[in-house]
Amino acid sequence: MSLIQVQNLCKTYENEGVKTPALCKANFFVEKGEFLAIMGPSGSGKSTLMQVLGLLDRPTEGKYFFDGRDTVEFDDDTLANFRNKKIGFVFQSFNLLPRTSVFENVELPLLYDATPDGKNKNKVLQALKSVGMEHREKYLSNQLSGGEKQRVAIARALVNDPEIIFADEPTGNLDSKSGLQVMKILQDLNNKGRTIILVTHETYTAEHAKRIIYMKDGEIVADDPVKNRRIADGESELLK
Amino acid sequence: MNILSPIKISLKYLLAAKFRSFLTILGVVIGVASVIIIMAIGQSAQALILDQITGIGSNLIGVLPGASDEKGPPATAMGISITTLKYDDLEALRNGKNVPEAEDAAGYVLGTVSAVYNGTDLNTSFEGTTASYVDVENSEIVSGRFYTKDEETNMSRVAVLGANLVEDLFSGTDPIGKVVKLKEQNFTVIGVLKKRGSTSFGLASQDDAIFVPLKTAQKLFLGIDHLAFIRLKVRDTKLISSAKENIMTTLRERHDIDDPANDDFSVRDLASAVKIITQVTDVLRYFLLAIGTISLIVGGVGIMNIMLLAVNQRVREVGLRKAVGAKNSDVWTQFLIESTFISFLGGIIGIIIGVVISGISAVIIQSLQYTWPFIISWQSIVVACLISITIGIIFGFYPAYKASKISPMEALRYE
Ligand SMILES: Nc1ncnc2c1ncn2[C@@H]1O[C@H](COP(=O)(O)OP(=O)(O)OP(=O)(O)O)[C@@H](O)[C@H]1O
Ligand SMILES: [Mg+2]
Repeated sequence: MSLIQVQNLCKTYENEGVKTPALCKANFFVEKGEFLAIMGPSGSGKSTLMQVLGLLDRPTEGKYFFDGRDTVEFDDDTLANFRNKKIGFVFQSFNLLPRTSVFENVELPLLYDATPDGKNKNKVLQALKSVGMEHREKYLSNQLSGGEKQRVAIARALVNDPEIIFADEPTGNLDSKSGLQVMKILQDLNNKGRTIILVTHETYTAEHAKRIIYMKDGEIVADDPVKNRRIADGESELLK
Repeated sequence: MNILSPIKISLKYLLAAKFRSFLTILGVVIGVASVIIIMAIGQSAQALILDQITGIGSNLIGVLPGASDEKGPPATAMGISITTLKYDDLEALRNGKNVPEAEDAAGYVLGTVSAVYNGTDLNTSFEGTTASYVDVENSEIVSGRFYTKDEETNMSRVAVLGANLVEDLFSGTDPIGKVVKLKEQNFTVIGVLKKRGSTSFGLASQDDAIFVPLKTAQKLFLGIDHLAFIRLKVRDTKLISSAKENIMTTLRERHDIDDPANDDFSVRDLASAVKIITQVTDVLRYFLLAIGTISLIVGGVGIMNIMLLAVNQRVREVGLRKAVGAKNSDVWTQFLIESTFISFLGGIIGIIIGVVISGISAVIIQSLQYTWPFIISWQSIVVACLISITIGIIFGFYPAYKASKISPMEALRYE
């Protein structure tokens, strides 16, 4: 069974009577363990697609099965619960809580876990370790560099052990070195079996994925596997 | 979601903008402080007033000339001089056959007179009373003596000083035996009254008055032969109503009145005065409480304002929380706890300020020799806490609702 299955998925924004079609008739599958990049020019609907797939927003048409369940039927609380348990997000602008410690930032999703198991501290430290940030546990979010912030954000996305991680332009605000570190972390996570969907408009970044979906004007225009996949292994690639 | 994390968050925001936070909770601080102060001062003022009345004696009955409504002011208070009450009426009332409940009674005339001693010229109030004054009013003599019944009837020119006059007229020197000129006539000072330290209602304080025998005051100062009022001291407060009945019967008989509606006198006791004054001060307290409530509402609007601002400023934070799994109800609860906490914090500060101000004013008023108990009832503190919590919930409701409606997509918006 596919992790994600969408049929004729459409999203039309409506603001004060003005309709903006942003996503049109998307059809595709995403299997467990995939690393998918969504590419396309600005305004092509990449973020819109990611929001719908990430259960942040509802489609206006079509079907979306996540883990075999029809998400169109879900109420707000069920959606929140799915976001909490099954999905992790990484954003272009990091979105850490200001003046809050690294630990507390990573812990945030656990606070909304309806079935706490009292192992928050372990989980947070584990997540921080997997992004190499355990030494910054007590730092405040505003005392970190951009690259460090994004690594903390990835730790936050990981802390609830989700099925899938969505990353919208995770390297967009980073210099190339920190960007590569982030890509390396994502590839490592993928190698350990985690499904990743990455939104980017840079071919270079997209080539770290295993498969690329190209979008234009809200439609999927191509869906190809990556032939010469880049492997982020830190410094060496930069030197090339 | 536990309650501590929203409190931690709001503390963080409050501390991040200390001055703005201070302004935010100021409304609640002032509101709660004024409720505390109002309740404390209201209670103390009532205690003071009642203390003064009962200090005069709750076993006293007053007889005033002229009919008056039980609840309204006496006719004489309107500046009308009524001459129906005479010395013989007083004598009749003192007669144990007529009013057996009365222990004693005193007659009064009042006015002001110029007093001159050793170059000091003072316009002071005087009370012309019968010798029974001291017994009826429970006054004490600190030096010398009060005038006797003989001095009263033979129009002696003797005077007893209220405590403050020793200082005001005699510059603190011993006045006993000295001669003071009252309305151009020589009076010998024979005694000084003990300081009472409070004003009785409608009258100048006995501490500031000169006491002279009734007849002397009537003839030499005023040129009248009626009384301003009579006071009777009843042996027991339980006897007040039967004593009043006997007083009225006696006076009606003496004044040839058949129909009580034609009474040319009125009889009052302090029990009813206490009741009236309690009612008046209660009304005053509730009125002040209403003012406090208004400032609390203003404070509540301030909190609503800051919470709406917070919701707008924290759209991304809320979006993020929802993106990582916060339900609408989680966000709603968080903001409601925050507004309640802010309001409660204001309430606590307000209680502290209120108690301190009430305490300081109590100390100041006590230093002025008034009986002013420092009363902070636990009820008023509980009420103040509940009020501030309620304000936080009521005025945080709408901002919290708005916050809960923020879309999780907001987390992705990049600006
Ligand atoms: N909340 C919204 N209301 C109305 N229109 C929207 C909304 N969000 C996006 N759109 C519109 O939908 C279209 C797709 O937007 P989307 O954000 O998905 O593009 P994108 O591919 O992520 O672009 P970028 O690379 O610049 O981030 C755009 O035309 C945009 O104006
Ligand atoms: Mg986008």
